[in-house]
Amino acid sequence: MRAIVAESETRRLLRAKDVMDRHYAEPLDVPALARVALLSPSHFTRRFRAVFGETPHQYLYRRRIERAQRLLRTTDLPVTEIGHGVGYASLGTFTRTFRRLTGETPTAFRRRGAVAPVPGCVARAWGRSSRFGEAAC
Amino acid sequence: MFTSIAITPMYVTDQDEALRFYTETLGFTVDTDVDLGTMRWLTVALPGDPERQVLLQRIGDQTATGSAETAAMLRELTERGTTSWMILNTDDCRAAHAELTRRGAEIIQEPEEHPYGVDMAVRDPFGNQIRITQRNDWRP
Repeated sequence: MRAIVAESETRRLLRAKDVMDRHYAEPLDVPALARVALLSPSHFTRRFRAVFGETPHQYLYRRRIERAQRLLRTTDLPVTEIGHGVGYASLGTFTRTFRRLTGETPTAFRRRGAVAPVPGCVARAWGRSSRFGEAAC
Repeated sequence: MFTSIAITPMYVTDQDEALRFYTETLGFTVDTDVDLGTMRWLTVALPGDPERQVLLQRIGDQTATGSAETAAMLRELTERGTTSWMILNTDDCRAAHAELTRRGAEIIQEPEEHPYGVDMAVRDPFGNQIRITQRNDWRP
């Protein structure tokens, strides 16, 4: 990444947010994100919240659940697998977080869905960007 | 009533930097680059779609973006990633990804499969998102 001298703090915070989006399934590494934004970790968290309206943790969890919602509606992957895929090793934590943010369970959310599901074998292949087209149903 | 979309803006804070990014990194070509006195009118287009232009509009040109206070707000919102953005079509998203990686673009989303096709995203130097989509025949 090029270092542009005139870059504002907001632009650097956006870059850190982009890094979170690229690594949404991994545990949050605040010190690493703070380095991307060229801020101290405590200042980073404070400024992130001021600029984007939620803490880095809140943002990450919301984005994970949004991804899970998309997968629940557009694939027939098992709920456990979706939770794992967006960064939750435990089904309990995934379901609890999902419910806290959306007000319903993953299963209930999926049941309300109308989009024709994509077979799980295809969806799994989607997740591996380097192996596109190698789905084996 | 109308025949086509002619020009849409992308807000930028530095037009020289914008010109470099949109031509050298994304592959646009310059259509018009002229000093109107009140603003530098700078438009680019894709070689395969020259009629559809993107205005690289400098935040701070008063005719376009208002007072200094408004410009500061616009810059802040742009740097939060929430003003202008666009979607480009491609025949091969993964090839585009490889080329953009080679050119040093700030890739914010790797190619991902969706019901509508494959897409990825890059950030321009100013905060604007450019999504790159290889569409299939799927329609919602």
